[in-house]
Amino acid sequence: MNGQAPTGSDARALYARMRLIRRFEETLLELFAAGKLHGTTHTCIGQEADAAGVISCLEPERDVVVSNHRCHGHYLAFTDDVDGLLREVMGRVGGVCGGKGGSQHLFAGNFYSNGVLGSTVPVAAGMALAEREKGGGAIATVFVGDGTLGQGVVYESLNIASLWKLPLLVVVEHNGYAQSTPSTLQLAGDVESRARAFGVATSRHDTTDVLEVRAAAREGVDHVRSTGTPYFLVLDTYRFSPHSKGDDFRDPEEIAARRLRDPLVVGEGLVSDAEREEISAGVESRLAEAVEQALAAPLAAQEPAAR
Amino acid sequence: MSVRCGQALNAALHEIFERDERVYLLGEDLLDPYGGAFKISQGLSTRWPDRVLTTPVSEPSMFGVSAGLALRGYRPILEIMFGDFIALGLDQVVNGIAKFRAMFDDRVTVPLVVRTPMGGRRGYGPTHSQSLEKLLVGVPGITVVAPSECHDLGGMLAEAVDDDEPVFFIENKLMYGRPNRRPEGGRVGDLSCSEGEGRYPALTFSGNGLGRADATIVTYGGMLPVALDAATELILEHEVFTEVVALGRLLPLDLEPVLDSLGRTGSLVTLEEGTLTGGVGAEIAARVQAEAWSDLNGPVIRVATRDGIVPAARSLEDEALPGVEDVVSAVTALERVGG
Repeated sequence: MNGQAPTGSDARALYARMRLIRRFEETLLELFAAGKLHGTTHTCIGQEADAAGVISCLEPERDVVVSNHRCHGHYLAFTDDVDGLLREVMGRVGGVCGGKGGSQHLFAGNFYSNGVLGSTVPVAAGMALAEREKGGGAIATVFVGDGTLGQGVVYESLNIASLWKLPLLVVVEHNGYAQSTPSTLQLAGDVESRARAFGVATSRHDTTDVLEVRAAAREGVDHVRSTGTPYFLVLDTYRFSPHSKGDDFRDPEEIAARRLRDPLVVGEGLVSDAEREEISAGVESRLAEAVEQALAAPLAAQEPAAR
Repeated sequence: MSVRCGQALNAALHEIFERDERVYLLGEDLLDPYGGAFKISQGLSTRWPDRVLTTPVSEPSMFGVSAGLALRGYRPILEIMFGDFIALGLDQVVNGIAKFRAMFDDRVTVPLVVRTPMGGRRGYGPTHSQSLEKLLVGVPGITVVAPSECHDLGGMLAEAVDDDEPVFFIENKLMYGRPNRRPEGGRVGDLSCSEGEGRYPALTFSGNGLGRADATIVTYGGMLPVALDAATELILEHEVFTEVVALGRLLPLDLEPVLDSLGRTGSLVTLEEGTLTGGVGAEIAARVQAEAWSDLNGPVIRVATRDGIVPAARSLEDEALPGVEDVVSAVTALERVGG
């Protein structure tokens, strides 16, 4: 499977997925700027190749994904649920968690996210254990960032995943920053070595090419599924957007340089000009309709207590 | 011959494992022949080697792993060797286990049981003798159960495993070696004892058959024998009759049996082994004054461990922890105030 060239429809789907995630999050930031959103959000603008590439290797009907505060891309790639997510972030009826979770706390099908960094990794390990015990061949994937590598519980979880042979894929989206702190100020030593120390297979890829991400993820997923043991996949990437909304103090030149490696620019060749226009038009009309309907939907209300 | 509390819990675990294959046990040093630091898990790993997972010394992740199992269809029991160590897992408890159901819009459950022993008087010192259940009582979204040696320990543990909510099952180190003194014919020893209804019921003890009494002592867990000894001393030495309410469930707080007893006595003393400030007694006192002000003849008096550490030396530990004399003094002081 590894390195196999994508078929035309595969490439188109990957590009369309990235485009949807990008425009969805840009739309959120616009809604914030217009005062139509309350609360917070953490966008993954610039990192879309990770969500699209990795999740294209998973099987949403059986595999489990556990994500973090920066979860919109993962959620959309896994569920394609634009309306449920938009309304959740906007606090409207029809939000996937009834407005209780908001941007960082999503649950649908086999997808879960939570907002405290690191706390998700042992939960994902427990889910991997559950799936191993069920014997259905499902795997659990947990997305973390390089900032989360500062949490001790990550290493406890790697130890356990290796010791207990858990079908767990850990994806580190290494975007070089923990909120505002550059990783040079918060990470010592070598990232992959941390996994190797526990006997966990690992690889690292500095790419924003969705096909390369997918090939790397395919290798990780195949490893986990065929051996039943964990894999630690490090993807070097970059986020163009602020950590949250307006909190960006990075050098604009640094950001501009990275824009040359924008996954949507790198991935332009996946589709023809006509296809790209068609995808773009489809995304725009889908989002416009979703926003219009979300704004018209009632505010989330507390249902009568179920218990 | 009555069964010891530790044996009752062990037997219940064997029954629970027999009837439900979704039940897994995780914790440190669980494997036979060791069978857990307090031997409550003995025999399980021999009979069900695949469902008893002895873990690294990694409480923070073990709370999370257990939560993951529970979210995906299993009914894990997590044994935390010493209650003090729940502090290591509190992020998982506060930001995950207690919240998943509500923040995921009631579409998931976390049927997890965390068993752990609290309490002192074994000379283990400041980090192995605490009663930290009050930290859990401030966390909405979990159930906190704290049976005493007179409760149906095995039955309550089975109820906890069947519960769809995450349940903290607070045991007590001294209790393990003491007889599980279940009421027989409505009596425990010389005292009458009535048991409430439903899951995790409270027990109400009286030296006077639930007739008129002068004060209510509300307690739970390992403090019940102290309360009962105090009740006996109050009758014999002071001619003061008390009712003792041993709560089965601390969160959500089971206030009814307390209000019920208070209606007969008019005075309330709370007794707990945790430290005084911000404790279970404080919550009970706040609720009682709001809901039953007119029943109260005087202030609610809290008896608890002195704010500070639980020292290792026996003489110092005895001074810090609440004893029979502290309870007797509190009740007799109330009698002087309230008449």
